Amino acid sequence: MTLRIAVCVKYVPDATGDRGFADDLTVDRDEVDGLLSELDEYAVEQALQIAEEADEAEVTVVTVGPDDAKDALRKALSMGADKAVHVNDEDIHGTDVIGTSAILAKALEKTGFDLVVCGMASTDGTMGVLPALLAERLSLPQVTLLSEISVEDGLVKGRRDGDAATELLEAPLPAVVSVTDQSGEARYPSFKGIMAAKKKPVEELDLDDLGIDADEVGLAGSWTLVESAAARPARTAGTIVTDEGDGGKQLATFLSSQKFI
Amino acid sequence: MAEILVLVDHADGAVRKPALELLTLARRIGEPTAVVLGAGEAAASIAATAGEYGAATVYVADGAEFAERLVVPKVDALTQIAKDKGVAAVLVPSSGEGKEVAARVALRLGSGLITDAVELEAGEEGPVATQSVFAASYQVKSRVSQGVPVITVKPNSAAPEAAPAAGTVENVTVAFTGNAAKVVSRTPRVSTGRPELTESAIVVSGGRGVGAAEGFEVVEKLADSLGAAVGASRAAVDAGWYPHSNQVGQTGKQVSPQLYIAAGISGAIQHRAGMQTSKTIVAVNKDAEAPIFDLVDYGVVGDLFEVLPQLTDEIGAR
Ligand SMILES: Cc1cc2nc3c(=O)[nH]c(=O)nc-3n(C[C@H](O)[C@H](O)[C@H](O)COP(=O)(O)OP(=O)(O)OC[C@H]3O[C@@H](n4cnc5c(N)ncnc54)[C@H](O)[C@@H]3O)c2cc1C
Ligand SMILES: Cc1cc2nc3c(=O)[nH]c(=O)nc-3n(C[C@H](O)[C@H](O)[C@H](O)COP(=O)(O)OP(=O)(O)OC[C@H]3O[C@@H](n4cnc5c(N)ncnc54)[C@H](O)[C@@H]3O)c2cc1C
Repeated sequence: MTLRIAVCVKYVPDATGDRGFADDLTVDRDEVDGLLSELDEYAVEQALQIAEEADEAEVTVVTVGPDDAKDALRKALSMGADKAVHVNDEDIHGTDVIGTSAILAKALEKTGFDLVVCGMASTDGTMGVLPALLAERLSLPQVTLLSEISVEDGLVKGRRDGDAATELLEAPLPAVVSVTDQSGEARYPSFKGIMAAKKKPVEELDLDDLGIDADEVGLAGSWTLVESAAARPARTAGTIVTDEGDGGKQLATFLSSQKFI
Repeated sequence: MAEILVLVDHADGAVRKPALELLTLARRIGEPTAVVLGAGEAAASIAATAGEYGAATVYVADGAEFAERLVVPKVDALTQIAKDKGVAAVLVPSSGEGKEVAARVALRLGSGLITDAVELEAGEEGPVATQSVFAASYQVKSRVSQGVPVITVKPNSAAPEAAPAAGTVENVTVAFTGNAAKVVSRTPRVSTGRPELTESAIVVSGGRGVGAAEGFEVVEKLADSLGAAVGASRAAVDAGWYPHSNQVGQTGKQVSPQLYIAAGISGAIQHRAGMQTSKTIVAVNKDAEAPIFDLVDYGVVGDLFEVLPQLTDEIGAR
């Protein structure tokens, strides 16, 4: 039996660029280049490793995003995923996380899967909740924030390093998992991989295909409302001294003036 | 007054500081009530503390499920209480687990969700949250426009203020649902005796510039002289010099202390995402061009192995 792995990947504005907001207070995607969220590379990597361990497996990458989000899918395909699903519809613009999870859940049901692999958080919204929301919507166990993961005999096992403790977790498939950046470096696409990716199938879906009403999603369908977004005032230039033997003492004087010592 | 439900985080039988901050923030938007889950015998003393910090009622639920299953039992409990009591908002600490619990509760309540608030105030149409986004380069104000607002709040978003209230304990029997992953084992983190990274007023962090695991000694000595927590950059963690649980940044802990001291850290965007909201920032770096100097209130261009020990000695002498 083929193990069907679906990987959710997000297309995000480059964190090293000048990120900001458009007039409608959604993320400005015109000013900054986009790319596959770096944290989703770890999800693709773990999916590929699980597939390599399985007798027979198929890895499908799924994204909800605008036209350019295809770049994120291509990157994942060039790393080695087999095929891709792109949910793209003008009415999705401005959807909040509850809405995004509704769209993704429908797309996953349509695609079919035994295991859903997500990143720990996107690098733009950084909410880190979408995998939990998918588990809730799909009525599946969540095995999330894993720094180690394995799939064997219909069970997914993993290690979760939480604030207070490290937990070993286990659940039967199908399940939703998310992996952290401690799960292992992601591979670079090879030249062969990049060429092969061009021929791999990318299925396009819109809201109609998923049976979702336009007014359930988008800015109007969101259950949250952004009232304002303001650039943080630039920090006033600090004092910078060069150590000439008394740098530690000068720093002590500064800390003392600020009442820290 | 409208009931604001606060999930009270606890560890080793004690309330964690972020929960006290939430109770303090809850008073700005209504009347705080608290939920204490899976605390066993410690529940009574945790509930008493919640009462001291303003909880009129403390809902207590116990059961092996909270420890044996991931996330879902807490979702079951919180959703049940929120529905039964008709609360006006649900506040949860912004930990990895806290955010997941909050998200599923929001979905079950048919509510919008806001994560990682750093500020909360009453608004005409419900609580308004401030988020610090894009590596703290933007401040966003948002609110939940559908359902009972579910909001997670980052540690250090308010100073806990005592405000004694009834703290009446009400025991709750939770109807647990299914589909939760099994916790096969749990190994509590061994305490270093130093303050918690996310809760500490002062953090001293070391980066690749520290050069080796042994190099962290100068960082730890400085931290101890200030009563501070120790942080690390991902480069230092990846090199195996310091545990991942001490990583500061986008994929580590997000800290917002009164004072952050970065030693041998260049200031990559992902590191800044975890410390840029610190009130006062100090850096020690050999390279005058390091991007971290763009953020600092005070910077020393110099060798951390010279500057840190001298500073530690000065502090000891004062
Ligand atoms: C700065 C900022 C703040 C925001 N705050 C809120 C908020 O408070 N409340 C709210 O409801 N919405 C918020 N949003 C919107 C929210 O980010 C989007 O709805 C988003 O699609 C889902 O949340 P996330 O990106 O934070 O996902 P996370 O939960 O951080 O993502 C985790 C994983 O889910 C998968 N995933 C996430 N999005 C997609 C996608 N589009 N396609 C495929 N896989 C995906 C990936 O595997 C990813 O690694 C915010 C957006 C931004 C940019
Ligand atoms: C998806 C993703 C997530 C990430 N998440 C995080 C995160 O959560 N946290 C994080 O920190 N990084 C994170 N990173 C990594 C980040 O991009 C940087 O690589 C990392 O922060 C660099 O660490 P550093 O500043 O210690 O090392 P470097 O950039 O190598 O800087 C070392 C600095 O030390 C100085 N130095 C050297 N010797 C001395 C000396 N003797 N005295 C004084 N100064 C000295 C050097 O001048 C230099 O500026 C992430 C990256 C990615 C792609």
